[in-house]
Amino acid sequence: MSMQTFTTAATVEEAVAAVAAGARPVAGGTDLVVGARTGKSTMPGSVVAIHRVAELRGVEPLADGGLRLGSLASHAEIAESDDVCARFTALSDASAIVGSHATRAQGTVGGNLMNASPAMETGGPLVCLGATVTLRSPSGTRSVAVEDLWTGPGKTTAAPDELLVGVEVPAPAAGTGSAYVRLEYRRQMEIAVVGATAAVTVVDGVVTAARVAMTALSATIRRVPDAEAALVGSDGGSAAIESAGAAVAAAATPISDVRGSADYRRAMAAVIARRAIKTALSRARGENA
Amino acid sequence: MKVAATLSVNGFAYPVELDPGTNLLAAVRDVIGLTGSKEGCDDSECGACMMLLDGQPVNACSYLALQAEGSEITTVEGLADGDTLAPLQVAFLELGGVQCGFCTPGMLVSATALLADNPSPTEDDVRIGLSGNLCRCTGYDGIVKAVLSVAGSS
Repeated sequence: MSMQTFTTAATVEEAVAAVAAGARPVAGGTDLVVGARTGKSTMPGSVVAIHRVAELRGVEPLADGGLRLGSLASHAEIAESDDVCARFTALSDASAIVGSHATRAQGTVGGNLMNASPAMETGGPLVCLGATVTLRSPSGTRSVAVEDLWTGPGKTTAAPDELLVGVEVPAPAAGTGSAYVRLEYRRQMEIAVVGATAAVTVVDGVVTAARVAMTALSATIRRVPDAEAALVGSDGGSAAIESAGAAVAAAATPISDVRGSADYRRAMAAVIARRAIKTALSRARGENA
Repeated sequence: MKVAATLSVNGFAYPVELDPGTNLLAAVRDVIGLTGSKEGCDDSECGACMMLLDGQPVNACSYLALQAEGSEITTVEGLADGDTLAPLQVAFLELGGVQCGFCTPGMLVSATALLADNPSPTEDDVRIGLSGNLCRCTGYDGIVKAVLSVAGSS
């Protein structure tokens, strides 16, 4: 089916009304247009462009130390934010390597999350940083934890009439460091072959909190509780990192595709998870990694 | 059903009528007739279709043309001043940045965006900044030298 109707929303209300009426929202177009052409998905019959809605923009530090991202926040804006780089570093790592400079200039965090690819870059960091999204429909708004947003590749728990309007990330506890690492074959226009995120809090040399998530290793990006348990209470030394990495590999249920076999992905899962955890620990200790 | 719109390309307003699903590259090449931008992969991988949207790079093959209404679009045709090539274009010619020429329009547009964002890039900055643009001929060296030669000079 080819696209029959195209409208441009000027306000959030217009955008939400159009989505509720069945239109597919488009912002940067970096997934929608390519997906439709390659047959991965069909071009929706009705599209509402939301890229001119000023209220959906912005990368704003909050007074309580948290962060608010409008759904239209581009990867370039996120990657260039000093606040994100300093305190939400895993997200900065991720946004800085999405696609190419053109993808980062046009592609948005809202689109990245709602396309629900298990290989998306920003998902793991937002899960590990405890982020929530705000979904808006004509009947109101609700918050959903990012880790509860996906049900499978391309599938979310958002209702058909809901539009993602923003992302909130709580202030990290003192002594927290985070990192996102992916296995890649080229510098740009790459998608994670395998990815891992870690967010750890270190107090007086002891890991007091840890979140570890795997990317492109299961049907959705998800946390690995066994890896987190291996780190919490430890000194964050090599034995703890080793067992956390092994836990990620054990939890992985990867697919085989053109970018890597399931066996290769499983073997690399431990390696990439260890790198993410090591980097997060260094950052938590203020080692400036 | 076609939709009437006005696209502003290189400072000129072009009235167009487009199917809503038309991408920006097809609109600029096939409807407006500016064929400098190329279609390489048609999949956002190669960068041959690179244009600027309000100064920001975009893979035009993967952007809906109707979304560009209200923005200023820049293509390779907009880089020169009449018959006078931009310093970047001269440098590409003089330093071996052009061989078959197919990637050149996208390379020039990406390099223009890079230099606008970072007027004094290092060689690493240039290589990373252009890594969304593929070239099968030059081995990139002439292109990188050309960009570095004009860096900081404008």
